[in-house]
Amino acid sequence: MDKTTGSVTGVNGNMITVAFTGAVAQNEVGYACIPGKERPLRLMSEIVRVRDGVADMQVFEDTRDLRVGDVLEFSGDLLAAELGPGLLGRVYDGLLNPLPELAEQCGFFLQRGTYLPSLDRTRKWAFTPVAKPGDRLTAGETVGTVPEGVHTHRIMIPFAWRGVLTVKAVRPAGDCTVEDVVATVVDDTGAEREVRLMQRWPVKLPITCYAERLRPTETLSTGIRSVDTFFPVAVGGTYCIPGPFGAGKTVIQHQTSQYADVDIVIVAACGERAGEVVETLREFPELIDPKTGRTLMDRTVIICNTSSMPVAAREASVYTAVTLAGYYRQMGLNVLLLADSTSRWAQALREMSGRLEEIPGDEAFPAYLESVIAGFYERAGRVRLKDGSVGSVTIGGTVSPAGGNFDEPVTQATLKVVGAFHGLSRARSDARRYPAIDPLDSWSKYPSVIEQPRVEAMRDLLRKGADVEQMMKVVGEEGTAMEDFMDFLKKELIDAVYLQQNAFNEVDACCPVARQREAFDVLERIVAARYAYVDKAEARRAFLRLQQAFIDWNNTPRDGADYAARRDAVLKFVSEAPHA
Amino acid sequence: MRKLYHQIDNISGSVVTLRAQGVRNRELAEIDSRVGTSLAQVIKLAGDEVTLQVFAGARGVATDAQVRFLGHPMQVPFGDELLGRVFTGSAKPRDNGPTLDMNLTDIGTPSVNPAKRIIPRHMVRTGIPMIDVFNTLVESQKLPIFARAGEPYNELLARIALQAEVDVIILGGMGLKHDDYLAFRDTLDASGALSRTVMFVHTAADPVVECMLVPDVSLAVAEQFALKGKRVLVLLTDMTSFADAMKEIAITMEQIPSNRGYPGDLYSQLAARYEKAVDFEGAGSITILAVTTMPGDDVTHPVPDNTGYITEGQFYLRNGRIEPFGSLSRLKQQVNKDTREDHRTIMDAMIKLYAQYKDAAEKQSMGFRMSEWDRKLLRYGARFEEKMMDLSVNIPLEQALDLGWRILAECFDPMETGIPTKMSDKFWPKKG
Repeated sequence: MDKTTGSVTGVNGNMITVAFTGAVAQNEVGYACIPGKERPLRLMSEIVRVRDGVADMQVFEDTRDLRVGDVLEFSGDLLAAELGPGLLGRVYDGLLNPLPELAEQCGFFLQRGTYLPSLDRTRKWAFTPVAKPGDRLTAGETVGTVPEGVHTHRIMIPFAWRGVLTVKAVRPAGDCTVEDVVATVVDDTGAEREVRLMQRWPVKLPITCYAERLRPTETLSTGIRSVDTFFPVAVGGTYCIPGPFGAGKTVIQHQTSQYADVDIVIVAACGERAGEVVETLREFPELIDPKTGRTLMDRTVIICNTSSMPVAAREASVYTAVTLAGYYRQMGLNVLLLADSTSRWAQALREMSGRLEEIPGDEAFPAYLESVIAGFYERAGRVRLKDGSVGSVTIGGTVSPAGGNFDEPVTQATLKVVGAFHGLSRARSDARRYPAIDPLDSWSKYPSVIEQPRVEAMRDLLRKGADVEQMMKVVGEEGTAMEDFMDFLKKELIDAVYLQQNAFNEVDACCPVARQREAFDVLERIVAARYAYVDKAEARRAFLRLQQAFIDWNNTPRDGADYAARRDAVLKFVSEAPHA
Repeated sequence: MRKLYHQIDNISGSVVTLRAQGVRNRELAEIDSRVGTSLAQVIKLAGDEVTLQVFAGARGVATDAQVRFLGHPMQVPFGDELLGRVFTGSAKPRDNGPTLDMNLTDIGTPSVNPAKRIIPRHMVRTGIPMIDVFNTLVESQKLPIFARAGEPYNELLARIALQAEVDVIILGGMGLKHDDYLAFRDTLDASGALSRTVMFVHTAADPVVECMLVPDVSLAVAEQFALKGKRVLVLLTDMTSFADAMKEIAITMEQIPSNRGYPGDLYSQLAARYEKAVDFEGAGSITILAVTTMPGDDVTHPVPDNTGYITEGQFYLRNGRIEPFGSLSRLKQQVNKDTREDHRTIMDAMIKLYAQYKDAAEKQSMGFRMSEWDRKLLRYGARFEEKMMDLSVNIPLEQALDLGWRILAECFDPMETGIPTKMSDKFWPKKG
């Protein structure tokens, strides 16, 4: 087959039109070449539309200096990610170029046209064979393993291969690089194919080499009380966190990435501030994961396409991230993908769509916005693999609605397809009540760590207390009945000691499930009692003291010497308070 | 010799198109017409049709105007000679000084590799207590000042320019009133700060395309100074004018608007500028303070809204004061632990009490009965506003902290302030 060649016929921002001879595929990658003194500067691009024999391509880089007539080299491949051992602990851009290595090569600034391999070509991995000659395997089944950190990294039959393959030879145990052949297999036509440690997979297609998808029924513990108890996330589920700026989306994501009870965390910093990524980047190598005793970085991959990096690569970055998540799921691991923020990704779609002069939908977002968002979240899920083990991808995306208004298209499209909604409210963040997850508006379809009726009872009380608060604004404290006032105080207490959580306090930042159950029990006993205080001022003072005691308890390490004493101090309050 | 073109096919707003070959995207061109010569930049190529954005505006450009392509993108001169000078958005002298053309550097260069960024760690002292004490400005931070038109934001910027402890100040003015520009120049000149300042000024009367260039040229020069080890403070006013200029061009280009007429890439465009704020390891830093006027005092307007998602906090300027509640410096935690041990205590205690004062003041205005505690709060609030919040107060951080303790001591007992006993024992001013 002749190689397809093309030449640039138009440039509009980062969208170019290309005339070509031969055949091209939708989403095929090509390189626009700006002639240079020694060698051309090659700008990676992707076909997004073919019309009247002309391809519209989005360029993943700045298109400065590009001319009409410049050569376009087609690669014949879709935009693909390199998958193999050595991804964990690394920092990549949206196209999976390792950023620290780019920095070594180019210095402070990102130079366009420089692409590096995602996986280290020289590093040796200790390969252990699993399959034997004669085994009949299909895509996604294990040929052998290598250790990667605490995990056993499965080397699988590449996901793109079809049919049943017969293993002809497997490499004996020993060290090898990602490019070394570890097995040869024969397909049903008799052709031989070589399995390497590394394979490639087109990022825009979901990886589906599993036996079946399961229902997400298990709660994923995030260590955030308000989430796990009231608005839980399930292992293999999806959730979104919309909120205006300054409401603490990023802090919640950061906290989750540290404490969530999963094997691997993939952080996709998509079109957000570079400074925030830097915090993760500099802190994680220092923080120790208590579960494994290794640094948090060892279980993390950061895909970082910050707001000032080229916008087309931002669109690609969420797919890159979810592809890595899907890859590790194939190893029977639980993966959490945190995307911050999906609105920036949607805006990237909008920019592209505008340049393609497509007919716009709501707020100029393309009409296919909803299906694209749905397609992304559907790549989450808990699956049973072909060998019977179970893996999962959980997706949590933040949404940055324009003007903090949840009625905008991205939030609405997201709400339709997620299983939990953690709406952040400006009122709560202004009052410094963090996490600012609105306890009345948010919802979740997943099971909580506490029995449902007990959670409902607590939420009813929150609702009742909030109603009283509204009323009190009109009639004043004097005009409120004592009984109503007590409901208000109880609501304030639940908010202060349970919903609010100090992300910057070493102990309180993560509240494990067992501790949540214990605190919930105590809280339930407090609010169930009926108190008989002389007047409102005394009741308020008493509850403030109680609140302080409870927060002290929250801030005490569970294995600390005074843990029991602090809890008893809270309980003593209930027994000593004047009861009705 | 480069080829000359003489046939312009379309003229619309400040955008013209003509047929030409071998033209590079974003290349500069010179257009000679009856009203003079202007630079223009290629913004779109389609076949042999080239779309140019004319810096001086297309007014007076004839269809037979002479167009010459220069073969390089927009560049800006750099060197210490820039200090004390005033330029237009297209980097032409605006004062009577000579034209500079040394060390030409491209504008709008690629962004900094996130892996090369470091966690910010140095405070920028401004001498304004509402900033230094309550929302500390940090080197490499990007912060907008949200204000309604009419608030004294330019005065505030000028004061910060005078007082801030930095090496170089770059002032980028967009859509400035001419008298505001003169006021800036005179204030800086009178205090001697002009000699460490470079100004790129676009006034409301200048062509709109130059307005769009101001942030890019300002930041390109800032970046060069920073790479030479200077601590640079970039002051931009007003970014809403910049966004409006983008809107104007986008509509002329018949782009589909997204929100209130602004182009769909508003966020990316703003972010590309703000993200230039950086602390180079082993070299200097760029800190950006930008004014964003809020049309109709509405923070959900697309420009302040998108800005808020990009920047690391914001200052609200309201009634001539920096509002303590909405204002936030996201990076202050990085530095205020190392200034003085009572910094955070004073910051928290004074704001908490001020919030209670606001409640008390509201109760008072509604005619409720004032308790003893309410009266204390009212007294405190009045003093706080007069001695701390007033923008004319200019004292170093340490004095501001001492002042904070004095104000507290004048109004309250230590027990009432919620300050940990350990701190109040040490810092509470002794009677007499």
